Amino acid sequence: MGRTISEKILSEKSGTDARAGDMVIAPVDWVFVQDTTGPLTVKQFRESKHASLAKPQRTIIFLDHAVPSPNRQLSNDHQLLRQFAQENNCHIFEGGHGICHQLVAEKLASPGEIIVGADSHTVTAGGLSAFATGMGSSDVAVVFALGKTWFRVPETFKINLTGKFQKAVDAKDLVLYLIGKLGADGATYKALEFSGNAVASLTIPQRLTIANMAVEAGAKVGLFPSDDITKQYLQSQSRGTNYVPLYPDSDAIYELVIDINLAELEPMVAMPHAVDNVAPASSLAGTRIDQVFIGTCTNGRLYDLAIAAKILKSKKCHPNVRLIIAPASRKILLDAMKAGYIETFLQAGAMILPPGCAACVGIHQGILGDNEVCLSTANRNFKGRMGNPEALIYLASPATAAASAVTGEITDPRGLLR
Amino acid sequence: MTTTLIKGKAHKFGDNISTDLIIPGRYAHLRSSLPELAKHVMEDADPSFVAKAKPGDLIVAGKNFGLGSSREHAALVIKLAGISAVLAKSVARIFFRNAINQGLPVLICDTEKINDGDELEVDLKAGRIRNLTSNTELVFGKIPEVMLNIMHEGGLIPYINKYGDFKL
Repeated sequence: MGRTISEKILSEKSGTDARAGDMVIAPVDWVFVQDTTGPLTVKQFRESKHASLAKPQRTIIFLDHAVPSPNRQLSNDHQLLRQFAQENNCHIFEGGHGICHQLVAEKLASPGEIIVGADSHTVTAGGLSAFATGMGSSDVAVVFALGKTWFRVPETFKINLTGKFQKAVDAKDLVLYLIGKLGADGATYKALEFSGNAVASLTIPQRLTIANMAVEAGAKVGLFPSDDITKQYLQSQSRGTNYVPLYPDSDAIYELVIDINLAELEPMVAMPHAVDNVAPASSLAGTRIDQVFIGTCTNGRLYDLAIAAKILKSKKCHPNVRLIIAPASRKILLDAMKAGYIETFLQAGAMILPPGCAACVGIHQGILGDNEVCLSTANRNFKGRMGNPEALIYLASPATAAASAVTGEITDPRGLLR
Repeated sequence: MTTTLIKGKAHKFGDNISTDLIIPGRYAHLRSSLPELAKHVMEDADPSFVAKAKPGDLIVAGKNFGLGSSREHAALVIKLAGISAVLAKSVARIFFRNAINQGLPVLICDTEKINDGDELEVDLKAGRIRNLTSNTELVFGKIPEVMLNIMHEGGLIPYINKYGDFKL
């Protein structure tokens, strides 16, 4: 009987024949926290009887959610994490390096690895074929201490992708469509595994966007196969030796198969206050917006900024719209500067924020006013998410976000991106 | 050890109560002051919840409770508010582990017939929920053994401190 990608990784790592529904204990290759989950992880770790980290070289701390710090309490949390990193000899990415998930993709994750992070969007690294999943602070503290954790081997939904995107339709539209189809709890406890002949045409930035949002359907992981695209990406980061091919067996068992023809998709928007509340962008024409936010672990990559820059080139933001752009990492910001995108954004009237989570989590840098409407490239639009329960958040692709920034209302970008 | 008999009043919520509704990101600066943070539990779902909830009371919700962030603070502030258990039709994966890891029982059952304010009695060992107000009885779904053991030790850290490792 064949195995899914999840079953292959968990079998290899646990040394058992891991099948859907089994419970396994497996070593963790990378474990990380960020600045809003790290302090509780440190507290839990200190309450354990373990004095030292099991794998200090594989334990990472990221400061990304609240950088630069907006207040004294969060500054003190940053101090605590810096001190912990120093005492335990583990690596800390200071504020300004970028969002944890982007840095994991740029520097750490490799196919076949197990990655556990104290952040729900840890699933992003599934785009690089890592079994990567989010857990809470206690679970992560125990991985700090033991270097391993328990997993229930998930059943898998196969998402079979065929065809080619229309112009101005992209990975975000696909994943919003999929979440709309599955529902916000449609894949709870499950693995999403992307396959089909369209996968070979999806770049790593696109795969990361899709994997990133697997959790919005409740999934434990969102996995892509490891193929030539993966190999080229790792080689471009001088990590080519980490490449291993990884595909599901042809006779793997799937709980559900969903077929999606990319050519049939159109620009999609998630409406307030649920990610599965999706509709075509064209059906929301006339919805006025106050703020557009382009960035985050979902859509803050160079690939995304390039699309936004193409639309915003020689144009101005609508006078009633504030456009906020936050590159997902320092490397992306530098590359975007070299490519001229940052200049394009500034000329269009955008505010550029430092690499980090920025306005996504409601801590700072773009909190919405009462009854304000934001169109964001992030992954969540829950009530209160961006700091104000009286505000409304719509989610869309960078193309839709940029097009809408120009018109001042939700706009299908197909007319603007040629 | 977690007590096996729970008695309290039901506070009813709907479907898809996100971690942002349980404890929003705008209070991230209070995460190292947990008693302060707990004053805001469920604030965006029901602003009067903190004033109403009495020690021992239960949160009763629809499907997909706790979706969203991995913030364990969501489970922690519910526990700090004195809530003895969460009953829901279904629960999001990360929240489920987090709650059990904090020793907060999360029980999956058909919550449709429980009304706001009903007096409930939960026997964790027997797997039964008695609705004392409507004089009815419900059963709840099986919890994986490893999670049950973690819950009975009062959370993951006490469990690991006792056993030194996971026992599946």
